[in-house]
Amino acid sequence: MASGTRLPSGARNGRRDVLGIVVRAALPLVAVAAALFIGALMLAVLNADPVRAYQALFEGAFGSTSGITQTLVKATPLLLVGLGICIAFRASVINIGAEGQIILGAVFATWFALTFRTWPGWLLIPSTISIGFVAGAFWGFVPGILKARMGVNEILTTVMMNAIALQFMNYMIRGPLIDPAGVTAGQYLAQSEKLPESVWLARLVPQTLLHTGLFVALALAVVTYVFLWRTTIGYRIRAVGLNPDASHYAGIRVPRYQALSLTLAGGLAGVAGAIEVIGVQHRLLDGVTSGYGFSGIVTALFGGLHPLGTIPASVIFGGLLVGADKMQREVQVPSSLIQAILGLIVLFVVASQYWARRRSNRTHDVSATPASALGAEEAEA
Amino acid sequence: MNEAVLATVVAVLAASLRLATPYLYASLGEMFAQRSGVLNLGVDGIMLVGAFAAFYGTLTTGSVWIGVAGAIVAGLAMGLLMSVVSVTLKAEQGISGIGLSLFGLGLSSLLFKVLVGTVKTVDGFRPIRLPVLGDIPYLGETFFTQSLPVYVAFLLVPISWYVLERTTWGLKVRAVGQNPAAADTLGVNVTLTRYLCVCLGAVFAGLAGASLSIASVNLFQENLTAGAGYIAVALVYFGGWRPVGILMGALLFGTVTAIQLRMQVLGIEIPSDFAVMLPYVLTIVALTFSANRARQPAALNQPFERGGA
Repeated sequence: MASGTRLPSGARNGRRDVLGIVVRAALPLVAVAAALFIGALMLAVLNADPVRAYQALFEGAFGSTSGITQTLVKATPLLLVGLGICIAFRASVINIGAEGQIILGAVFATWFALTFRTWPGWLLIPSTISIGFVAGAFWGFVPGILKARMGVNEILTTVMMNAIALQFMNYMIRGPLIDPAGVTAGQYLAQSEKLPESVWLARLVPQTLLHTGLFVALALAVVTYVFLWRTTIGYRIRAVGLNPDASHYAGIRVPRYQALSLTLAGGLAGVAGAIEVIGVQHRLLDGVTSGYGFSGIVTALFGGLHPLGTIPASVIFGGLLVGADKMQREVQVPSSLIQAILGLIVLFVVASQYWARRRSNRTHDVSATPASALGAEEAEA
Repeated sequence: MNEAVLATVVAVLAASLRLATPYLYASLGEMFAQRSGVLNLGVDGIMLVGAFAAFYGTLTTGSVWIGVAGAIVAGLAMGLLMSVVSVTLKAEQGISGIGLSLFGLGLSSLLFKVLVGTVKTVDGFRPIRLPVLGDIPYLGETFFTQSLPVYVAFLLVPISWYVLERTTWGLKVRAVGQNPAAADTLGVNVTLTRYLCVCLGAVFAGLAGASLSIASVNLFQENLTAGAGYIAVALVYFGGWRPVGILMGALLFGTVTAIQLRMQVLGIEIPSDFAVMLPYVLTIVALTFSANRARQPAALNQPFERGGA
């Protein structure tokens, strides 16, 4: 790039610091190990047996067909949300709003599938997912445009919009979208009508919840990778994140690309919401997000903010979430433990990037501005 | 004005002071952190851990003061964790704050489920009717019949202003937040100042949690704060990083919430879900149109590296 900013592709020209790459790849694993270790200490203090707890956790996640399929079911939204986080964080835009974006995607996908229930599946399924994308994208666009035009801090607006989205969903599933069958039966359950079967995603393994949404997520991971690393717009998004000042002088409209990245991040989270509805629940229920908006951030960070790295990360964290339920049932260790561990993983991963950055500064002398703090030095996949 | 309307207004005002209290503690604390250049987005998690510590201390000992001490210790511990990650290890502050919030949410829920299990109420701080002032018609019931933590929160506004604007330490804090390199050259210990501010802010956040769990609702449950910590961070922006601005923001927020809770009584007919949205919409509008952004500490969200860019 003319202004002399070094992008990851530029850094390739230099000597490859093999040790540095190994260290960077290992750091997230060390972070998880450290977080699990602290979790074990907490369990010990609380008079629970950490070995038994973690055994139940691992077996619950990967020890049986049902465990593995459940893990992949949860990996699907984590991956989709994580992909959006990759795009946003790469542009130095901190999107905390995935929870709300998932909700918007889920609500409008439900509304769309119920309204056009007579459409054949081959048409209804892609349209419903697209509606989810558009709704989520809108919820990302609002904070994006506020940041671009008015300089409003996106962290705060996305958090507020999560709360607004939640109330919106509460209203919809108790009002306009409430299940009419439930109302006539006299039970005012807060849930939507069952969606038409034509919009249900096919099950991959009989008797399980695993559905074809997994393939949609994997395909979008590849698309996101190509977008970020092989297109001009993707290149600019990363340039904006690495060094906004240099990007500005190079003629890139920084606010526009930041707003765009937030919009796309919202869209991907919206797809996650739509797919949860048509793949798993087949109706809109309270708690459709299951906290994926936050655990998706952990997933993306763990995956090095790289779309392809986020794939294995989503399986690991999907497993953690599934295992946590099993742990709670079998050893009576509350699944909140996993939430605490997720938080610690985030802290350790971002903290460890300091060392990774210092290493790379010594070898490559890439300017490490605060904006580039996030996985700036990511090696090519 | 008829008696019923007047009674409602008094009730709304009294509630708005009570509802503003947790925001006041948390936002004033966060103000110190941000004035020193650290965006601590973990306030919500710290509040939750503080709220649980205060609740558990009070539940087991019967003394609210043990509860308050617990909230302070819990806040301090969380503040140290945030300081190490954000100041010493120079992590991206927005993200480490999210991590801290997740950790606080998980930890407080875990401790609650293991140590307490079911919803229990505690005997928290009781309202104190101030002598003389409390006997003023109407005003006495709103402003001068509150619990001790409410009075303290409002007293902290002028105290925070004085510390920040009129003491040497406050000057150092502001210098570190505006231009850490220059402050460093003049011999101000940037790292120490930021540690102190983040920890002070975290202690305030712990007290904010306590003001919920042992002075307002008098119980603890999972995710008791329901995101109040994030609103507290927003109020710092809204208030232009000044105690008086934060006071205005907290009062506005408290009043809107108090009105929202009494909408039916007041005869305002909108679906309750939309009423609950109101404070959040208001925050976004306020953040968009407040002309305060120029006051933002210049080094906010920027880790300091001696000799670095």
